[in-house]
Amino acid sequence: MSDQINDSRRSFLSKAAIAGSITIAPGVFLHQTAHAKPDDQAVSNDTRWGMLIDTDKCAKGCTGCVDACNNEHGLTGFGRPETDTQYIRKVSLVEKQTGHEISLPLMCQHCENPPCVDVCPTGASFKREDGIVLVDKHICIGCRYCMMACPYKARSFVHENIEDQTLSAPRGKGTVESCTMCTHRVDKDGIPACVEACTEDDHNAMLFGDLNDPDSEISKELKKHGGKQIRADLQLNTGVRYQGL
Amino acid sequence: MKKIEYTKIKGHSIPYYGLLAGLGFTILLGLLSTWYMEHNGHHVTGMTNQIVWGMPHVFAIFLIIAASGALNVASIASVFGKKIYDPLSRLSALLALALLAGGLVVLLLDLGRPDRLIVAITKYNFKSIFAWNIILYTGFFGIVGAYIWMMMDHNMYKFKKKVGLVAFVWRLVLTTGTGSIFGFLVARSAYDAALMAPMFIVMSFGFGLAIFLLVLMASYNWTGRELGDAVVARLRNLLGVFVAASLYFTIVYHVTNLYITEHHGVEKFILSDGGIYTNLFWVGQVLIGGLLPLALIYAPGVRTCRKTLGAISTMIIIGGMCQVYVIVIGGQAYPMELFPGYEVSSSFFDGVVGQYSPTLPEVVLGVSGMAVSLLLVTFAMKALAFLPSSLADSVADPHAAK
Repeated sequence: MSDQINDSRRSFLSKAAIAGSITIAPGVFLHQTAHAKPDDQAVSNDTRWGMLIDTDKCAKGCTGCVDACNNEHGLTGFGRPETDTQYIRKVSLVEKQTGHEISLPLMCQHCENPPCVDVCPTGASFKREDGIVLVDKHICIGCRYCMMACPYKARSFVHENIEDQTLSAPRGKGTVESCTMCTHRVDKDGIPACVEACTEDDHNAMLFGDLNDPDSEISKELKKHGGKQIRADLQLNTGVRYQGL
Repeated sequence: MKKIEYTKIKGHSIPYYGLLAGLGFTILLGLLSTWYMEHNGHHVTGMTNQIVWGMPHVFAIFLIIAASGALNVASIASVFGKKIYDPLSRLSALLALALLAGGLVVLLLDLGRPDRLIVAITKYNFKSIFAWNIILYTGFFGIVGAYIWMMMDHNMYKFKKKVGLVAFVWRLVLTTGTGSIFGFLVARSAYDAALMAPMFIVMSFGFGLAIFLLVLMASYNWTGRELGDAVVARLRNLLGVFVAASLYFTIVYHVTNLYITEHHGVEKFILSDGGIYTNLFWVGQVLIGGLLPLALIYAPGVRTCRKTLGAISTMIIIGGMCQVYVIVIGGQAYPMELFPGYEVSSSFFDGVVGQYSPTLPEVVLGVSGMAVSLLLVTFAMKALAFLPSSLADSVADPHAAK
């Protein structure tokens, strides 16, 4: 009798355990893999997103990062390079003294003290708590003062009517725009399109991560080998750093 | 000095209506230009991602600088107590308001989103010098408007001096703000200098007075009113001092930059290798806007010649436009030095001199801003008594024989 009861109890408990596991598992699984920020939760300054670019690994003539950015944000261009938007560009450097050649991608440097944010009359240029500098296209009046103020020439003005925009990167004629560090990806635990492309091409010249987290790969690498800021004299504390400059 | 009588201009003549119609038509063309630029996007202009501010900004900044300068004549009377300038104060204040309005219209209509004016006046980033300027411009309209009221209303006349002082201080702050738009820009070699603010103030003295003289002489000539030599000679001498002071600031600015190694590149660009900018600097700003007017102002033989004074004023305006062009466009055309010691190239025109060719709509928009200023002045003179009936020496000169 007691054996029968024990069998029945054992069977019940094992079934309950399986059922419970099946019920809880997705939650546990999702909790582990998708700790992306919920949409209603504000970004915090516990994180400061940044990039480290190793110019020695950046292949001359390769435009993988630029192409990926253009695809990601629907920057198709109109065949007018002087007015077409560029969030990221490849810059070639030749040292005048030695002839040493360097290739690097240049985009918004996501300064801690961004001049574009200082000068914007309406507050359309702003910096998120996590260090990403953006333009609020709803209140940008298109005065272009931020473009005058940016030391990196990182911003573009939308000079044309725009069609076929991507959902993740809304743009607007008559407003200013620049690299968003792919917030739409980063907020969902992804990495910027340029970094992904560089990694996929096996160049690994771009590293993205949290500068505030001492255990992040980018922080460790910066601690070990350092990284320079472009126009460090301005003391803007840029979020994008370079090695090999 | 007799009591000054102010009268409205009649404004019934065909030339008067012709002038209004001409100015109105120019403004219409300006609006059409704006529609064309805004409808198609700014790619139809000469402005690019390299030269982000173009011809409209040259006109707008020139007019805004000149606006504060035009108020000087009134300030000299109210604040510094020089009686001979007193009869000119109303016109001085009117011109200041009109020039500012013309400049702001151009600035507004060139915005990427001029329809968002309401955003610009309701959302402020108080760290932005641009935002301060919006407050300074608005305040200028209020204060100078009140100043005109004090001057015109006998019951309020006793407050004229105090309001005049406020207006004087405000105009100094306003031009400081305009100069600081460039002075606060750390990114570009041609700017980033505190000197920009006082330099703009001194520029405003010359630009404003030159326009004031032209408007004064034209309105007296066209309405058949007498304008004596006493007033004109004073203004002429004052203009000479202002032009000399402006040249002095230009010299200090460039000599300072020439001393500092990191600015050698931009100085070489403006002073010798910059093509159009070098020409505009030496021929436009220095020669036409500075040395020639200075020589003519103090040249014997033409000291009382009104036509020469008209030519001098026109030269100062042309030279001033050249100066603002060199500052605004030349300062942007010189490539930003991101990597000192390197030759730089990219798909985004890094390391190369920015190319800019102003297009017709931009120029028309700018000219229409001037038309707005002149239309306001022309109309206001008919609506209210801004002009003394006579500025003959016997009326206007405090030292004239009674």
